[in-house]
Amino acid sequence: MIDFQGYGPRLLEGALLTLELAVLSLLLAVVLGLLTASARLSRLAVLRLPAIVYTVIIRGVPDLVLMMLLFYGAQIGINAVTDMIYDRWGWDIFINVDPFVAGVITIGLIFGAYMAETFRGAFLAVDQGQVEAAESFGMSSWLLFRRIRFPLMMRHALPGLGNNWMVLLKTTALVSIIGLSDMVRVAAEATRATHQTFLFMIPVALGYLAITSVSEIVMQWLKKRYNAGFEETP
Amino acid sequence: MADASIPLIVSDIHKRFGDNEVLKGISLEARKGDVITLIGASGSGKSTFLRCMNLLERPDSGEITVHGEPISFRQTRHGREPADRGQLERIRTRLSMVFQSFNLWAHMTLIANVIEAPIHVRGVPKARAREQGMALLERVGLADRAHYYPAQLSGGQQQRGAIARALAMEPEVMLFDEPTSALDPELVGDVLRVMRELADEGRTMIVVTHEMDFARDVSNQVVYLHQGMVEEQGNPAEVLTHPRSPRLRQFLAPRGR
Repeated sequence: MIDFQGYGPRLLEGALLTLELAVLSLLLAVVLGLLTASARLSRLAVLRLPAIVYTVIIRGVPDLVLMMLLFYGAQIGINAVTDMIYDRWGWDIFINVDPFVAGVITIGLIFGAYMAETFRGAFLAVDQGQVEAAESFGMSSWLLFRRIRFPLMMRHALPGLGNNWMVLLKTTALVSIIGLSDMVRVAAEATRATHQTFLFMIPVALGYLAITSVSEIVMQWLKKRYNAGFEETP
Repeated sequence: MADASIPLIVSDIHKRFGDNEVLKGISLEARKGDVITLIGASGSGKSTFLRCMNLLERPDSGEITVHGEPISFRQTRHGREPADRGQLERIRTRLSMVFQSFNLWAHMTLIANVIEAPIHVRGVPKARAREQGMALLERVGLADRAHYYPAQLSGGQQQRGAIARALAMEPEVMLFDEPTSALDPELVGDVLRVMRELADEGRTMIVVTHEMDFARDVSNQVVYLHQGMVEEQGNPAEVLTHPRSPRLRQFLAPRGR
């Protein structure tokens, strides 16, 4: 067995953290992306405008800067509010921004903007006639979304979705700057202490590859599912 | 006021797209068992008129009454909108539409298409919906294609499937929007045959079509639209053989009858 010089368990924990962070961020990003895409396609300017501002800002600012802003900025903001509450009512509240939660929110927010663009294009690609047919049979907006629009849209969204997921996974390495011990940070620490770069960085690289390989299998399954009916194979 | 025994009354419908007034006050009454064909040149507004009946297009003014229940509207910044989403959905379940481009849901098999709205909109139990759905597919001659996806079917089969899907809602009025216009000539016959059978069993139908034989033989009322207005209407034998309007005469002439 390879000797990880005592860093083995922490590396594993780091890998787990990376995976948790990535999956939770993905969920948040998909939800935000769907909401934002729907808002951008709305004919109400009150919905469209904030969605445009959100996607423009997030996609135009480096992830690293956003992460710092959200993590430290959020703490400063919360402190200001709790100070104000203390001054006014004398209640002493202390809220600490949890780095894990901050990480999930930041990465989710960033990729929500990219997902929004992917979903928007995919929604536009859905055949309007099939949507009209659903409307004409009295489907409610939610039913129509759930049963018709979403599954038809997913076929167009999947390639972009898969791409975003890969980039998202690798972006999780950024959380080390806000003090989270993901697998990159553990490996970096271990390398500094032992000067054995390959011993730690190659397993990390393989760890990411393992996750992306499994994702590829999931993507193939999703593709098969959402492409049903679009290949002429009786 | 509104007679509840009349399935559909549409009165004085106006619709404009920008500066173009497409419908200039059209009315129509479909009594039970009526088969009404709407004919007219392209751009005459016949499809728009049909689409106003189930509010796929929002009429700018005019009333739509289904079995004595008028659809309620309210004025918004975006124009006139149905006031009550629930009422709209309920009324739409009673008017099934068949589209020119079929519009079967591509991600579902044929039988899934047929039972989708009955189960999820009308709340029919799954097993019963499936049973009824299969019977309907049998009727339109597609029982052996139940588990095919739309992309695996010919245009004629898709349209007959779409008719089965519309029938599955047990509608009080069926709206057909040029149901044979997108089909190859040799596939038109099967679709028309199914529609003829529906007419024979007393279904109330409103059909936008270019099939003059269908209009003459099957419908009991023909409405000829010209530039957003009713130019002539009445019994098909009369209207189609002895048109009074010169425009209708001209419209019918190139067909050689």
